[in-house]
Amino acid sequence: MKKTHIVLLVLIIGAIAALISLMPKGGADMLSSYETIAGAKEKSGKFVHVVAKLDKTQPIDYDAIKNPNHLSFTAVDSTGGKVKVVYNNAKPDNLEHSERLVMKGKMNGDVFECNEILMKCPSKYTDDPTRIQESMNKNTN
Amino acid sequence: MDYIGEQLVPGKIGHFLIILSFVSSLIAAVAYFISARSNKPVDQESWKRIGRVAFFLDAISVLGVFIILYTLIENHRYEYQYVFKNSGNDLEPKYILSSLWSASEGSFILWTVWHAILGVILIATAKKWEAPVMSVLSFAQVCLATMMLGLHFFNVKIGASPFALFREQMPDLPVFQFADYATRIKDGNGLNMLLQNYWMVIHPPVLFLGFASTVVPFAFAMGGLITKKYGEWVKPALPWALFSACVLGVGIMMGGAWAYESLSFGGYWAWDPVENASLVPWLTLIAGLHTLIIYKSTGRSLQTSFFLIALTFILILYSTFLTRSGILGETSVHSFADLGMNAQLYLFLYVFFWMPAIASSIGLNKKLIAIGASVLFLLLAGLVHPFFALISPIAALVLFLVNMNKIIPSIKKEEAASSREFWMFIGSLVILFSALIITYQTSTPVFNKIFGTNRAPAQDVEFSYNRIQIFIAIIIGLLTAIGQYLKYKETGTQYFFKKIGLPFIISAVAAGLILAFGNINYDKYGLGFLIFIWMAVACAVFAIIANFSYIWIGLKGKLKLAGPSVAHLGFGMMLLGILISSSKKEVLSNNTNGIFVPLEENKITGKVGENYTLLKGVKMDMGKYWVAYEGDSSHPKKSQKYFKIHFTDKESHEDFTLRPNAFIDYKGNEGLSANPDARHYWNYDVFAYITALSDPEKTKDTSAFKSKTIGPGDTIFYTSGYMILDSVLLNPENPRVTFSPKDTAIVAKLTVNTMDGKKLMAWPFFYLRENHLDFVPDTLVAQGLTIQLQKLVDKKFEIGVKESKGVQDFLTLKVYKFPFINLLWLGTLLMAAGLIISMVRRIQINKISG
Repeated sequence: MKKTHIVLLVLIIGAIAALISLMPKGGADMLSSYETIAGAKEKSGKFVHVVAKLDKTQPIDYDAIKNPNHLSFTAVDSTGGKVKVVYNNAKPDNLEHSERLVMKGKMNGDVFECNEILMKCPSKYTDDPTRIQESMNKNTN
Repeated sequence: MDYIGEQLVPGKIGHFLIILSFVSSLIAAVAYFISARSNKPVDQESWKRIGRVAFFLDAISVLGVFIILYTLIENHRYEYQYVFKNSGNDLEPKYILSSLWSASEGSFILWTVWHAILGVILIATAKKWEAPVMSVLSFAQVCLATMMLGLHFFNVKIGASPFALFREQMPDLPVFQFADYATRIKDGNGLNMLLQNYWMVIHPPVLFLGFASTVVPFAFAMGGLITKKYGEWVKPALPWALFSACVLGVGIMMGGAWAYESLSFGGYWAWDPVENASLVPWLTLIAGLHTLIIYKSTGRSLQTSFFLIALTFILILYSTFLTRSGILGETSVHSFADLGMNAQLYLFLYVFFWMPAIASSIGLNKKLIAIGASVLFLLLAGLVHPFFALISPIAALVLFLVNMNKIIPSIKKEEAASSREFWMFIGSLVILFSALIITYQTSTPVFNKIFGTNRAPAQDVEFSYNRIQIFIAIIIGLLTAIGQYLKYKETGTQYFFKKIGLPFIISAVAAGLILAFGNINYDKYGLGFLIFIWMAVACAVFAIIANFSYIWIGLKGKLKLAGPSVAHLGFGMMLLGILISSSKKEVLSNNTNGIFVPLEENKITGKVGENYTLLKGVKMDMGKYWVAYEGDSSHPKKSQKYFKIHFTDKESHEDFTLRPNAFIDYKGNEGLSANPDARHYWNYDVFAYITALSDPEKTKDTSAFKSKTIGPGDTIFYTSGYMILDSVLLNPENPRVTFSPKDTAIVAKLTVNTMDGKKLMAWPFFYLRENHLDFVPDTLVAQGLTIQLQKLVDKKFEIGVKESKGVQDFLTLKVYKFPFINLLWLGTLLMAAGLIISMVRRIQINKISG
């Protein structure tokens, strides 16, 4: 690599960095963090990832006929935190059967407004023995 | 217990073949290595012969493994765990192949089979390079074989065999208490629903051929170091690098096509870590390809070529590590299940990370020091702090670069700034920079593991990549356009402007027209980002036109020589397709009509939702289309349902039917897994997929319309109330649709009085346009009522009323419009074609020059 290469490369990278810093961030460089529900409440208004579970004792509110873009439910986490979650999108179909939710969003007042939900479902494509067994029971006689 | 009904022989043979492939590839690697290092022609020949025989044995073994596993899946031998987990009785024959490579063990088989085939081709064609190249390739085969060994040494599991018996892996399952368990297991787990797509039949073999083929240029480079012929490997390696760039590129884009057609991402690319992991080595390979060509033409950039070609293969292994170690877990939608082989996978990566550094250390002492350093770092990483797992590869690369600097003489004189090689080199560095940034961003979970942090991905993952890569697109687009108009060594100003003048003017006009009338107004991230999109569009257009013109301006229409032009033309087209399809992607299913959703309910996000609910048999108003959910049908064998959705363009009356489908509660996976369907036009796609369905238990509806002819003021009774026809008017003001004076819409206004004392309004109507009659019923969901204005009879009106007993059948879907997605696919094909033309030409040149 020659000096001119280095100079030019530095210039290009510098220019890109400068231009990027001028652009609105749109949440792109705000690296978020994994939080508990309590942590999310503490950082109200800040975008976080919350790992929690569906609270199965509370009703799931979703009526595709009334509004297919409104889902609300209650989430609990391992530290006992509890929060109402609103997700303005279709209900992930296997929500009821999920083991764990990774919710991306932020607290607004008492409600966790969620942009995206990733679900960890008890997939039979993993090595979970109980699932394999269930599948096995179904397929044997 | 003596089990009966098992077929153990195929598995035993398969496992034996895996062990045989391990041993024979080890022999091949050693024999070839000795041959490559030997000075005596007699020794060279005899060792080479041993290497050959051993490698053929390896090739036959891995092919045997492939065939046996295929047969086991085809015959539903569920006593084998891999077969049980990844296949089922309901699979169509083509998906038996998908099952074979759907999980980690099987995909290693695919990889190693490709290595075997490439190896046989190399034995036939590599001539004096056979020994050094095959020693490296055979060594890679050794490493892959260990991944499938499935042997235990002192409690350490080495590899996972695809032939492992179910009862040995999970002995606690109750079914194994029966001696005849094998006949009791009637069906397998089934293949992951997302993988039941024809792209999954062809995309993995192509992608893995891409992965596998990167070892060849790497092996040539290492062969160059082993034999100390530092520059000579470039010539025979170049066609292979072109081949690899083509296949890997096509494989990646096929993955994009699979995501587009089968996953409900709503697109072909999501900057998912698994996608990035295969994109990054392709980028470094493309950079390396360019520096190799610089070396061939000017004798410069050899060190950089070594570095980039080595880095490419290392990054392939890094991507293997990322996708199979389970480390991506929460950040990726599609990685393999963790097989508990992380340490082994890391070692695989580690060995190849240090191989270039060790091979480039000249003299036994230095080699020993390098080996010592690699072992020391490994111990530090394992015993002291995982931080050293990060330091070690960096140290290896630095050592490699330092060694390169020593052994390869560099040309002191700097290139002229007007030379082609100068700008090719800059382009390569920019691509490398892009690859490094993507790697850094993708590796967040790895850094979390090493430093114990809990950084999550950015809020807006796609934009966090796009905001950087848009600049790369601009620079590379521009360099792609002008590159070939520059000459090696030096370009005369006059020559350059004379040649590029016309293409430049045409491009400026074309880009100007696209920007002026193309409505590219993607302002989600502000004007700044939009301006960069415009610049990138202009550069992409320039790249297309300049490279197209160069075929005549520079090459006088000789297509044989036009490989680079065609490839660059294709690349420019891909770029343009990506820019336009992403920035002009439209949501068609915007829930704006207000029939079901008062907008204020969406006050939280302030934007309208993208999901739209359709009632079965009811034509509904969705933006520029009338859309009706006409019916559904089921797959004869699988719990998969196809939905018939009929679209009619309100303006042109053009209509078409989409049939998105979904797996519903497939083999115990509760919930639905949707497959989109798309209507393809030359300039855009309409793309729809299901997001929610009604519960079939609650929605058995057998009712039909009952008609009654009445006049204004008359009453119709229904089960739970009555309705009065208030008026029938032409184009009246109403809450459902706003009509223009051009329309001819006959609208009935009805007041529905329900039994529980509510008053509801209904506005069924029909449309008359160019002799078309469009009936648009109105629906009162709470009452289970559908009301339709059917006919004018004298001065009376025929009103149809349908009462649904239960909740009505419905589905919720998302519909997108992707403009100019075909540019992306066409560009991919052209790029692949260009790379193949270049490859053929390089092979011919090599033959002539002997």
